Amino acid sequence: MSLPIAPILGILSDNLRKRGSVLPLSKRTATGWARGLGLPRGGETILYTGQMYQMIPALEVMSAQMAALENSFMTRFFGIGRVFNKFVNLSFFMSLSASSEKKRHSNQVLRDIAGLLREAGVEFGYLYEEELYAGALVHDEGMDEVFANHARRVAERLKKQGVRRLITVDPHTTNILRQVYPRYVKDFDIQVQSYLEVLAEAHPEATEPVNGEVVVHDSCVYARYEKMFDQPRELLRAAGLAVRDPELSGKSSHCCGGPLESLFPAEAHRISGARVDQLEAKGKNVVTMCPICKVNLSKAAGNRLIIHDIATTLAACRRQAAPNG
Amino acid sequence: MLRASSELAARMKEAEGFNAWACFHCGTCTALCPLGYEILPRKLFREAMLGLEDRVRASIPQIFSCLLCRMCEENCPAEVHIAENIRTLRYLINRQEFGLK
Ligand code: SF4
Ligand code: SF4
Repeated sequence: MSLPIAPILGILSDNLRKRGSVLPLSKRTATGWARGLGLPRGGETILYTGQMYQMIPALEVMSAQMAALENSFMTRFFGIGRVFNKFVNLSFFMSLSASSEKKRHSNQVLRDIAGLLREAGVEFGYLYEEELYAGALVHDEGMDEVFANHARRVAERLKKQGVRRLITVDPHTTNILRQVYPRYVKDFDIQVQSYLEVLAEAHPEATEPVNGEVVVHDSCVYARYEKMFDQPRELLRAAGLAVRDPELSGKSSHCCGGPLESLFPAEAHRISGARVDQLEAKGKNVVTMCPICKVNLSKAAGNRLIIHDIATTLAACRRQAAPNG
Repeated sequence: MLRASSELAARMKEAEGFNAWACFHCGTCTALCPLGYEILPRKLFREAMLGLEDRVRASIPQIFSCLLCRMCEENCPAEVHIAENIRTLRYLINRQEFGLK
């Protein structure tokens, strides 16, 4: 059994069309992470968050509420929810109850990413409230026309801002902008790279070993869609860590179950539980590179594992290795 | 009785990116899929290509369950674009069944 598919997809699609995102966020939630960093507004090279990290705290609240509804008589009211959502942004109310601790954590990951790039000598700007969600979820669910319209809107905005290169922070935004946009948007020729690729290209100097060991959980999208699995390992090793691979890693990585969260929460837990067992066999500290993987594995792991975001891990190692740091 | 719909079969033929015809039914994909549903993805494609509309309709939860993780695709000897094929099915269902575009 599942949650009712059509009304939920309808809500996502209505939100993207009317409000520019599947999960519309306040300006403060979307851009608050950059406060005090002094990132220039705009420019040819942009750090493009795609708002995924910022959505995670609200998504967590929503998925807990949805999981409680799965298989309950309440599911029949989702149709009414969709009608209501057309007028009032339902997800806004859900995001109000997201914990501030989790919001702080998401923001810190983005701040760490910006810090790592700066340290590597990369110059970039940020679009602040001009930045839009890139549309991956709507494309995944097969709502191609809504997606295509949105992609054109994003592309137009980037063009107007004179953007030539995007540095992305999560696998889904990387893939959708790099592989999918060129198929839907005529003459889309903006260069797209993940910050992990950018950092690896900058060849970070190896620091002193920090006496730590991490198990790497590859994202399906980075590993199989983007063939990107060496770079995170190189970066972790250069930061002084010993890297361990679980059973099923690199291009054979096992999914975290995250893509199922919004429609089939119970199934998502089964998949993430299986992955937690594989990771646990290799160590306690797990490094992820996608906010969806992180939230889903953390939920399934409870106290069994400590799930980190790779940006936080890399930044912590550099701080530890830095003199006076 | 199963209702075969030539319309569904024709749509599958037209759908851009749908290439399940290359499949020779080795079963690798189903064996590797973390979901472990018998129907995903091999049988589902066959039903869609034959235009067995009612069967495809009954499989809507499985179609929307697919993680698009490409574990199957990475190991498919016939290079079938499995995840994109499933996305194509979602697109057709969204339009035909759910009235979504
Ligand atoms: S692995 Fe490829 S060829 Fe084998 S059954 Fe699956 S789709 Fe067909
Ligand atoms: S892409 Fe879908 S069918 Fe293929 S292995 Fe992943 S969940 Fe299974």
